[in-house]
Amino acid sequence: MKVCIVGCGAVGSLFAANLGTLDDVEVWAYDLARDHVDAINRDGLRLTGAGEVTGRVRATADASELPPCDFGIVATKAMHTDAAMTSTAHAFVNGCVATVQNGIGNEEVLARHVERVIRGTTFPAGKVTAPGVVQWDIKGDTTLGPFEPKPAPLEEVERLAEACTRAGMPTKALPDARGPQWRKVIFNSATNALGALTGLTHGRVCEQPPLRRLASQLVDEGKAVAGAQGIVLDSDPEDLIDYAARPEVGYNHKASMLQDVEARRQTEVDSLNGGIVEFGRRYGVPTPQNETIWALVKGVEASWLQ
Amino acid sequence: MKRVCVAGAGVIGSLFAGHLAQVADVSVLVRREEHARALNEEGLRVSGRSDLHSRVTAATDPAALPEPELVLVCSKGTDLPELAARMDGHFAGATMMTVQNGLGADEIVGARGAWPILSSVTFMSGTRHTDTHVEYILDTATWIGPSRDTTPADAEAAAELIRSSGLKADAFDDLRPAQWSKLIFNATVNTVAALTGLPHEPRFAQLDDPGDLGHLVLALMDEGKAVAAAAGVELGEDPWEMNVHATNRGSRHYPSMLEDVEAHRRTEIELITGSLIREGRRLGVPVPLHETMYRLIRAKEASWQ
Repeated sequence: MKVCIVGCGAVGSLFAANLGTLDDVEVWAYDLARDHVDAINRDGLRLTGAGEVTGRVRATADASELPPCDFGIVATKAMHTDAAMTSTAHAFVNGCVATVQNGIGNEEVLARHVERVIRGTTFPAGKVTAPGVVQWDIKGDTTLGPFEPKPAPLEEVERLAEACTRAGMPTKALPDARGPQWRKVIFNSATNALGALTGLTHGRVCEQPPLRRLASQLVDEGKAVAGAQGIVLDSDPEDLIDYAARPEVGYNHKASMLQDVEARRQTEVDSLNGGIVEFGRRYGVPTPQNETIWALVKGVEASWLQ
Repeated sequence: MKRVCVAGAGVIGSLFAGHLAQVADVSVLVRREEHARALNEEGLRVSGRSDLHSRVTAATDPAALPEPELVLVCSKGTDLPELAARMDGHFAGATMMTVQNGLGADEIVGARGAWPILSSVTFMSGTRHTDTHVEYILDTATWIGPSRDTTPADAEAAAELIRSSGLKADAFDDLRPAQWSKLIFNATVNTVAALTGLPHEPRFAQLDDPGDLGHLVLALMDEGKAVAAAAGVELGEDPWEMNVHATNRGSRHYPSMLEDVEAHRRTEIELITGSLIREGRRLGVPVPLHETMYRLIRAKEASWQ
């Protein structure tokens, strides 16, 4: 089996390195960071932290080097999906491509470039600490399922999930994987943007009752949009918010969007709050609070260009 | 000559004091001793749209100042309760004129003395370079109206005095239409600027794509207008038109709330958005988006405490 990871940052590297330990899988990685690519080809792709793994991975910044692959796993930041797929789509003419990116709307972008698309949601997290080296911070599950408008066959989804699980990335294949995806999107939309706009850690967002109520308003809008599509959430995002606020879990965690704002990097707000707004519009569900948050974070991004 | 006291010498207070000293005896009530000393020694310089150097009498204790006939209360809203308390028991013969943003300044001042009160909203702006130097930037008007135990004639007299000093001022029989227009404008523009880091610029009127900031500005203003309507106030200027007009003019104004947030100072959210929310609650008009802005600004303040 040939698998190509498209976008070999932190999350992409977790998949690439783990899959690269299997004898029956040939792993390719497409990434634009030359030093990362060179280090991977020289020393292998190394994970530290939650798991010590070194995987054999063929990395390249030149998409024309990619062979035809059975599977793609797209892990770029959402705003880079379209460009990455334009370059790599030729490798997936007979394959299936999964997204493990944050937010909603990524599957739609993949479907513009390839025929068989897999919806995905992943919870593991980490960060690139040096070229070829990624710190694995959080282990967690991944859920995959066919993307209905251009579905990959469920047997193929199962084949990819089986390989990931065997490699040490527990992955479930479901006929309908929207529940876990929307739970994560709703959770992220409610908590990431509030951290980004206020500068507060997750725990401090939650301990201010008015702000916590705002998080609930954002969750309620997200749930209404999910409900209008017939999506059954696999668990309540509210519980996840309170769970993550515990001191031993994520009280002091700065949401990734807050980290982006502090580093003046473009955020993923378009596919989080913006995604909820767009799906809300499509299904006739009003989402005024998510619209507000979306516009404010877009404004923050615009302020850096001043 | 008329005796005028300017209480609080930030940007607006300094602009009033520097101009009025050309036509009146001006005293200045400040909070810091070194500020008083500098003003007494160096006078007050105004640059920009005016070029003035004015002599003023300054002190931190109201008892040390000559009895004024008119007091322009110019502190920021956040400092107003403390300033009003300091004036308690002083300036018995004076009329107070408040210039704070939002609603509620007259009540805060009025609770500290039986002075007659004029209400005003000011649209002028400037930059304070030092304790004794202010730059006059936007020469827009100050609007004045009767509030407690004052008449339209009193408002006109104050406006005439201010006009004679070279600033723009107009008197209104009922200030509420102007006050509410500015309240809605400030509750929207100041909070959006403070949360995004953007000065008031053309993006605030942009409505092209779904995520554009103009949609939020419009929605916040619509909530404010619904409250004004329920309060029986017919707005003076339409806040959205004010927004479009100001941004089209190419001005990139830094609202004070944005400056407060950047300097990690407490903002005027309570007098501005807070008063709009309280009015909405009193009148049974929902203002969910203003509540969100209020919560976010409050949380931002908490992040540096």
